[in-house]
Amino acid sequence: MSKIESGYVKKNLPQSVQKIGMILAGMGLVLGIAGFMFNSYRASYAYLVSFLFFLSIAVGSLFLVALEYAANADWSTPFRRISEFFAAALPLLLIFVIPLFLNTGNLFLWSHANFVHGDKMLEAKSAYLNTPFFVVRVVVIILLWCLFYWMITKNSQKQDNVQDQLLTKRNITLSVIFIPLFAITITLIAVDWVMSLESKWFSTIFGVYLFAGVTLSALAVLTLSAIKLKEKDYMHSAINKDHFYSLGTLLFAFTVFWGYIAFSQYMLIWYGNLPEETFWFMQRWDGGWKIISILLIVTHFIVPFFGLISYEAKTNLKRLKFMSIWILCVHFLDIYWLIMPSMSRNNHVYSFSWIDFVYPLLFVGVLLLVFNKMAEKFNLVPVGDPKLQRGLDFHL
Amino acid sequence: MANKKLHSLAALFKTPDEIINAAKKTTEAGYKKFDTNTPYPLHGMDRAMGMGQSKIGFVTLFFGLSGATFIFLFMWWCYAASYNIVVGGKPFLAIPAFIPITFETTVLFAAISTVVGMIAVYFKLPNNSHPLHDTEYMKAVSADKYGLVIEVEDEKFNKTEVTEFLNELGAYKIESIYFPEEEKHRMFEPKFIVFLIFVALATSGMTYVTLNKLMYITPFDWMDKQDKLSAQDGSNIFANGEGMRPPVDGTIARGYMPYPYEGQTNPAQVLSNPTIPTKQVLDLGKRKFLTFCSPCHGNFGDGNSRLQGQFPNGPTLHSDKIINYPDGMIYHIITNGQNAMPSYARQVTRDERWAIVDYIRVLQRAQNAKESDLTSANKESVSNVQN
Repeated sequence: MSKIESGYVKKNLPQSVQKIGMILAGMGLVLGIAGFMFNSYRASYAYLVSFLFFLSIAVGSLFLVALEYAANADWSTPFRRISEFFAAALPLLLIFVIPLFLNTGNLFLWSHANFVHGDKMLEAKSAYLNTPFFVVRVVVIILLWCLFYWMITKNSQKQDNVQDQLLTKRNITLSVIFIPLFAITITLIAVDWVMSLESKWFSTIFGVYLFAGVTLSALAVLTLSAIKLKEKDYMHSAINKDHFYSLGTLLFAFTVFWGYIAFSQYMLIWYGNLPEETFWFMQRWDGGWKIISILLIVTHFIVPFFGLISYEAKTNLKRLKFMSIWILCVHFLDIYWLIMPSMSRNNHVYSFSWIDFVYPLLFVGVLLLVFNKMAEKFNLVPVGDPKLQRGLDFHL
Repeated sequence: MANKKLHSLAALFKTPDEIINAAKKTTEAGYKKFDTNTPYPLHGMDRAMGMGQSKIGFVTLFFGLSGATFIFLFMWWCYAASYNIVVGGKPFLAIPAFIPITFETTVLFAAISTVVGMIAVYFKLPNNSHPLHDTEYMKAVSADKYGLVIEVEDEKFNKTEVTEFLNELGAYKIESIYFPEEEKHRMFEPKFIVFLIFVALATSGMTYVTLNKLMYITPFDWMDKQDKLSAQDGSNIFANGEGMRPPVDGTIARGYMPYPYEGQTNPAQVLSNPTIPTKQVLDLGKRKFLTFCSPCHGNFGDGNSRLQGQFPNGPTLHSDKIINYPDGMIYHIITNGQNAMPSYARQVTRDERWAIVDYIRVLQRAQNAKESDLTSANKESVSNVQN
């Protein structure tokens, strides 16, 4: 144990993290409330975009933690705490979802009784798509995530002091239960929050599409913070470029996975050419959205693909940091592209608004505050984990 | 033994930690031409041996991109340039449809080129043997031992020094590896090439025979070959090879009455209606009218049809000209066609055509009913049918 303890010294993050977090969250909160007062219709959509971005990082991080346990991976053990800290934002979803519940009328056409009435398709769907069931479903899903977050991280934190291998075993069991549950719940979230914005549209691969983005953003935020912490010497000193190389390969892999899934969805709809499916893509090929759609292909696939393909890109921390920030930005663009065309579904003119960009401030601020708070309370490296030494000794 | 040329000294170790340590020490001692052999890949070995990044990735990238470019251009040439075929209503250059194949070919080219490139570099093609083959050392490292080889070619090589050095590292066994007595390039040996050609010819020959001959052998032809006339086959019944006499000139097929005014636009004379408009005849006429005539002339013969606007409009059948036509003239138009209307002789039989004419008369009467008709319309139409 002495070797581990000598390599890691717990330090509090600098004051600036909390300060920046407070400023961003405060600005976001004030401007966000102003946005709802100014134009509550637009604000609900813009808020949903940022909410899903926040949700992606929170639940994606929990998935990465579970994945490490389930796959019994060694190399990522020194990074696990970072994902655990970001997953700590999960309980906050219960608060942040409230503005959306108050604005279901703005978001979802199926929540209007007079719109559903007389439409055979929507009437048939109304057994699933109705406001009470929707609220219950979403709350249950978030509670389920919180439960697993609480159980898994509790064991992990306890291990820092007691160094018991049994806790790792327990977490493996929990993770193996969580992963299929995650697959189902993230699909439901994708269907409920994004697909049902167009109440008549359907695509069976849609849950996988969101999952690709969720995992990608959680990986990007993990890579970004690991590099930042390594640069400022908060991480374990034994972490070397092979660890970052592995993070880079995962980022690369999920970039390709996203491209694969996005294309699979597009190609089947394009080939089938059924009006009830194609209209969703037509909306996103209409007017200015065409530019954003093409931009999404370039920025979300082509740039990260060539940006991350070489060995140098994955071991050069500066480039890797740039690519992870890039991926976070394009994941935001991806969600924006999924949701905002539904806002302007009735008119063909679309323009950006300041409201679209205030909620990211709020959520980025909140993530910083959560991370800072967790870093104060717990070690940045799971010092009691039996796999840690093997993880630190990891070489390609 | 004496005239054999030494290739290298090979040392065996028992644990992965020992071999990594040995590799590290060998690098530090300044040896360049050395290699390690382990039964499975060891993490950290590349660094311990002081190896740089492998260049094989560039081969993969180059061939991957070539594969993508090649197949995309190939599909473009096939579907959009050389031979345009509409598939599923998509454009000829249907990029989304090309992407899966482009992807597959990229992977195929990249994978095959990586493997072939690796084999070519490691085996130093065309050479396909290595002094380490068939040695005790190779047997050990492909089972459960870890080996390190220092080659004679190394600048610092000195047999006694190296032996000492390997002993210091903790090798439990050291073996001298010699070059085989003569250089073997089995790939270019005439025997091997003749064998390759033989295999290639035998395989293609077997394939050809199987696909073109064996597949067509009929085990029983009792039903296939019968003593009867078959179409397009010669016959020995008549001297000129015919199996059957052609019909005499002027023969009429059963049920096919020739039409005397065929092909005339304005016949001077027309046939007279042979039918009696009973309810049965009119029902038949209605059915055929709705099937063949209504698409253009409309269900009521007024020219208001479901094809309006997509096609030359069928004229109304309620004009004075048509009302005053003799029955035979309407029959003539159905049989012969007029203006844009083609002949319906093939679709509608003779009796059915006359029935249609009768039904058109009914429509004309019903659509242009006079006031006297209206008072007791039902009675009138019933008596009309019965007449």
